[in-house]
Amino acid sequence: MTAIQRQAVSPVAHLSAEDIEALGRELDAIREQIIGSRGERDAKYIRKVIETQRRIELASRAVLLVSLFPPAWLAGTVGLSIAKILENMEIGHNVMHGQWDWMRDPKIHSTTWEWDNATPSDAWKHSHNQVHHKYTNVLGKDNDLGYGIMRVDEDQRWSKFYLGQPLYNFLNACLFEYGIAAYDLEIGKVIKGRTDKAEFKAKTKGVLRKIRKQATRDYLLHPLLSGPSALTTLSANATANLVRNLWTHSVIMCGHFPKGVETFTRASIVDETRGEWYLRQMLGAGNISGGPALHMMTGNLSFQIEHHLYPDLPSNRYQEIAPKVQEIFSRYGLNYVTGSFPKQLGSAWATVFRLALPNRGDGKVARITGEPQPEPALAA
Amino acid sequence: MPLVLRKTLSPRKCDAQVVAILDSPRTPQSGGPSLKAAATRVARLLATPLVPSDYLDLFSPLQSPAQLRARIVEVRPETRDAATLVLKPGRGWRDHVAGQYVRIGVDVDGVRQWRAYSTTEPPRADGCITVTVKAIADGVVSNHLVRRSRPGQILQLDQATGDFVLPQQRPAKALFLTAGSGITPVMGMLRDGLDSLDDAVLVHCAPTRDDVIFGGELRRLAETSGLQLIERHDDIHGMLQVEQLDQLVPDLAERETWVCGPTGMLDAAEAHWSAKGIIDRLHTERFRPLVVVAGEGGTVNFGTSNISVEADGATPILTAGEAAGVLMPSGCRMGICMGCVVPLREGVVRDLRTGDLTTAAEGDGVKIQTCINAAAGACHIDL
Repeated sequence: MTAIQRQAVSPVAHLSAEDIEALGRELDAIREQIIGSRGERDAKYIRKVIETQRRIELASRAVLLVSLFPPAWLAGTVGLSIAKILENMEIGHNVMHGQWDWMRDPKIHSTTWEWDNATPSDAWKHSHNQVHHKYTNVLGKDNDLGYGIMRVDEDQRWSKFYLGQPLYNFLNACLFEYGIAAYDLEIGKVIKGRTDKAEFKAKTKGVLRKIRKQATRDYLLHPLLSGPSALTTLSANATANLVRNLWTHSVIMCGHFPKGVETFTRASIVDETRGEWYLRQMLGAGNISGGPALHMMTGNLSFQIEHHLYPDLPSNRYQEIAPKVQEIFSRYGLNYVTGSFPKQLGSAWATVFRLALPNRGDGKVARITGEPQPEPALAA
Repeated sequence: MPLVLRKTLSPRKCDAQVVAILDSPRTPQSGGPSLKAAATRVARLLATPLVPSDYLDLFSPLQSPAQLRARIVEVRPETRDAATLVLKPGRGWRDHVAGQYVRIGVDVDGVRQWRAYSTTEPPRADGCITVTVKAIADGVVSNHLVRRSRPGQILQLDQATGDFVLPQQRPAKALFLTAGSGITPVMGMLRDGLDSLDDAVLVHCAPTRDDVIFGGELRRLAETSGLQLIERHDDIHGMLQVEQLDQLVPDLAERETWVCGPTGMLDAAEAHWSAKGIIDRLHTERFRPLVVVAGEGGTVNFGTSNISVEADGATPILTAGEAAGVLMPSGCRMGICMGCVVPLREGVVRDLRTGDLTTAAEGDGVKIQTCINAAAGACHIDL
């Protein structure tokens, strides 16, 4: 990736300011159309997903009570992994985006939802909804670009630290929920002394309380309930958490790191118009192609482009509007990044490996232009 | 919209409180309080980040200790545009007195809507309660309840409240004056206490004879019990003028009187009873907001939700908040049930019915009804 402002040929050079505003109006129209048609069908959908997820979880935990029996361990672990993924992705992430707030059901609302993840919902809503979605792929502003521990853009200054980034990325994937929690605590800011200590302490307490509750549930109570199967239940729960972490990390990598997804300099968001904001979202995200199961398990983040354009529209509608969005991309001569899960994940990992090393070839060209360097992402 | 008024404040049960409480449904009954508390704690830890009732709801939504609900047992058509719902309330239901109202939450086109309806029967042996709903023009909820309710459906419910009921000490002479769906709380009172009333007159107005809700039962009561029923049908008699009551009920001044109907009727009754100096004998139940007065509007900041909206001076804060995605508690949406009351921490709001201003200084928690108050300046609300 290289910020579009530093590329030899900008992918948006052919668009005039009027074009960009017209594009914004077209995207607004799609939004209005969905908002106007939200109704019982959508409400039924999310309730069904939530009910199904809870049934899968209960059934899996019940099966794991006899996890000493290997087929039970396998079935329970698979089921619990699926339940945890659904809970984080299609339910938690989307509910906390406010996608279902219009239902006015206090049980399915962004202000009341808490999820099965180490980071408390309030902290996550701030770092994700307010920072990541606002500053999508803006170097130095969107911390999701490398999570402060990786170099994912040629424009980020290289240092020896980054030689280890394939390893950091793998470890972050395994422990993703804790990585997210640490990242929501903005530990980088703390190190630089740019944070209020009391506030940080309170937030840390909240995270630790949540981690303790989750650990008590998965690593103490459910194993104890399993009696002779205690150890195998513990290993099943740990495996399910690991699977969920690896999966969610992979889906998110596919959303912003594959080849073709663009990044932006800080200057690009100064006085940004609505049309320009849409344009940045269009170019700053990538989709994953696949079937209904993939869309469900990614929480419809397989429609990451549509999600970034309309983060608060119900997730079950992304698929429906994708063809319209794609048509707008092609009409305005823009690149709609999409590909299979292995292809996108491979591409994202290739970037991680490639940028572990200093820039070669094209990457150097940008550097010579003498433009101000963006601040490197935080090296925590 | 059949319903209710009363200016008494009832304890508000905020929809968002749900998550709070939680006694585990599987707590052993025999154990002492500490054992029960320990079991509750374990159940909550097992369910974290949800609560045990979230799982219990999968199997038995009426057993929820956190949210009172009801199942529709029967839907009985009353007239061409009114129907009675027989509801089985879930765990946690406390009794009601006939004539009191309940708030009912129903998902219409995916959106939860709350409205208040009068109970039309005294407590029954089977534990069910009844409400009678009249579909009004453009009434989102009333039309849904009358036309799309089916036995087996689950509704959200709140405890009964209100004091439009017969007093323990029955009056020697009673008069009930109702129009349209205004009959509903009075029907509850009659079914409950007609036997104990020595002398009761009911003057009921409806557009036509067929539009009289509970028409058959009222006429039967008039034949078999002491109820003196005076039906007034607009198509035959014309609209009832309150002065005509003096001829219809000559001893009106001696009667303890309950009135429920449209605003015009209530206003006229209040004026008439006041003129006679017997206003203390009049009990009214209002169900329409009064005149709308436009204010100045302003920025409404919902602190807990971290949402700010620009609201104009004619839009109730409830509507503005809902449009912005704030989880607003709501009820009758007409200034009656107090289901929408929230603390105004700072700012000024205007009552859309009277034009009166309510001001809160920084740190105050003045309780305001969001459904009939609009912003009249910048406001900070705890939601």
